Amino acid sequence: MSIDNRKERPTIGQIMDENGVGRRRFLKYCAGITALMAMPPGMTAAFAQQLRAARRPTIIYMPFQECTGCLESLTRSFAPSLESLMFETISLDYNHTLQAAAGDAAEEARHEAMEEAWGEYILICDGSIPTKMDGIYGTSAGHSFTDQLHEAAEGAAAIVAVGVCASFGGVGAAYPNPTGAVGVSEIIKDKPIINVPGCPPIPEVMTGTLVSFLASGVPDLDNNLRPKAFFGNTIHDRCYRRRFYDRGLFAESFDDEGARNGWCLYKLGCRGPTTYNACATIKWNGGTSWPVEAGHGCLGCSEPEFWDQGGFYEPVTSKLFNDTGQIAAGAAAGVAVGAAAAVAANRRKKKLSGTADKETSS
Amino acid sequence: MTLLEFSRGPMLHFALFVFVFAVLWRLISTFMLGWRKRKSEWRTTSGSSAVKGAIAVGNRSWPHPEFLERTAFGEAVGYGYHIGLFAIILLGAPHVIFWKNLFGISATWWPTIPSGIIHVISVVTIFLLLIATIRRYMHPPLRRISNFDDWFTLVILFGLMISGVMAVFGLGGRYEIILAVHIISFNVLLIWFPFSKLMHAFYILPARFFIGYTHAKKGAST
Ligand code: SF4
Repeated sequence: MSIDNRKERPTIGQIMDENGVGRRRFLKYCAGITALMAMPPGMTAAFAQQLRAARRPTIIYMPFQECTGCLESLTRSFAPSLESLMFETISLDYNHTLQAAAGDAAEEARHEAMEEAWGEYILICDGSIPTKMDGIYGTSAGHSFTDQLHEAAEGAAAIVAVGVCASFGGVGAAYPNPTGAVGVSEIIKDKPIINVPGCPPIPEVMTGTLVSFLASGVPDLDNNLRPKAFFGNTIHDRCYRRRFYDRGLFAESFDDEGARNGWCLYKLGCRGPTTYNACATIKWNGGTSWPVEAGHGCLGCSEPEFWDQGGFYEPVTSKLFNDTGQIAAGAAAGVAVGAAAAVAANRRKKKLSGTADKETSS
Repeated sequence: MTLLEFSRGPMLHFALFVFVFAVLWRLISTFMLGWRKRKSEWRTTSGSSAVKGAIAVGNRSWPHPEFLERTAFGEAVGYGYHIGLFAIILLGAPHVIFWKNLFGISATWWPTIPSGIIHVISVVTIFLLLIATIRRYMHPPLRRISNFDDWFTLVILFGLMISGVMAVFGLGGRYEIILAVHIISFNVLLIWFPFSKLMHAFYILPARFFIGYTHAKKGAST
């Protein structure tokens, strides 16, 4: 792929002006994003300025081993909505679920878009990438997902892995991980990668991450490459049921008095204490509610290996093994070794006392 | 595999295996040693000796009146942190949840102490443990009879207690790491337990009973 076809892309500000998006609307849009990212209100103007000056990026959205849940979620973003994001901020040049083109035409469109923005486009991936048997478990247009990812990543300015599967392998990588599924960061090592995990991720977190990347580049990330602005606190830190946890008031079942009184769901398996995400603050469906508010514990879907952390209805401190046979065998072995040691000691004792008796009598 | 997963999974499994195996090994090998052969006649019947044994368990668990003034402080601190530890381990809600899950029981009758009280008990217990440690170091005879066994056990206990308090109060960083450290400390304690003086938890009452029992039997009856 060459970079000769690269086109000078218009700035977001120019696009806004062309489309008659007024300053007030744009500022409101930026205020929404800075609020989402918990930035101080005073920074909105600077953020807006940076965003206006940024070039409207090409987005290549590559789905791999996925369920389309992440895209479903993304299309339900309220602030900014995907429509506003697409018309005002980004150019979604390839997404085979949303676009009309299919087959060779779609592939051609992708290659064309990549060529035009070589080195500058943002690659969004969803779904895990199967690696076993040379990646044969996932292919598209005659190429394995691994090859497609390598090819698309080569010309990308940055990669945004949306969903827990693209971030950490997720559902596909759940034990016994038959396809050898991994997240993008396991394969691509030489590009900036931002993980936006979740099953699915909160739509506003996806759009907010994209827009903040456009305005100010790769945001502050945690050890799991997640933007700290959205993944800096645990669900438990911000949970409105926390006061019940602190007072030791727990629901014991989903229909008991505790559950009706809105007590803490820790005993029912809530993974809020070990899960970093923004559900408790941004919520879902335009801020309507979120799982814990709906009465169900957090599943921990934005964490690596969340499928393999024990049962969803067992507390976060529960044991992660089912086998008790080995422990029972250990007990039996302990009894046997102890008995053998005692028998040996008694024999020695007898022998010693026999010698002592002999010595006394002689 | 995350650290928390490791601590709740293979490490806990291994630690439980070692604990069960080695505790039973030590207990069985000790209790099967049997009685020393006595050439003299027993002074009392087994029944009344057993009563004396039970009395000795009570008596020896209480400071001797003669030395009360000198030992009261140490005993109070010792009792304080032992009671504190038992209350936290057996009646703290997160621990009760842990035990129930570990043993696979629902045990609705198992009571818990409200978290606020457990928090206070935890801080007091750490404080008492600290006093006991300082005393062990400062008190010449105590220091002389202390060895690696005692100090290592204290290190594990402090690790366990401090990480527990940090997890509860959300101090010092990421919860899952602190929780993992807490569970790892517990696992280390389980592995260390059978090979250390911590075995006193199993030996202390039978040992006191047997001392009372044999003392009742030995010697001439008047
Ligand atoms: S419901 Fe979950 S997140 Fe909320 S306080 Fe309880 S354990 Fe924490």
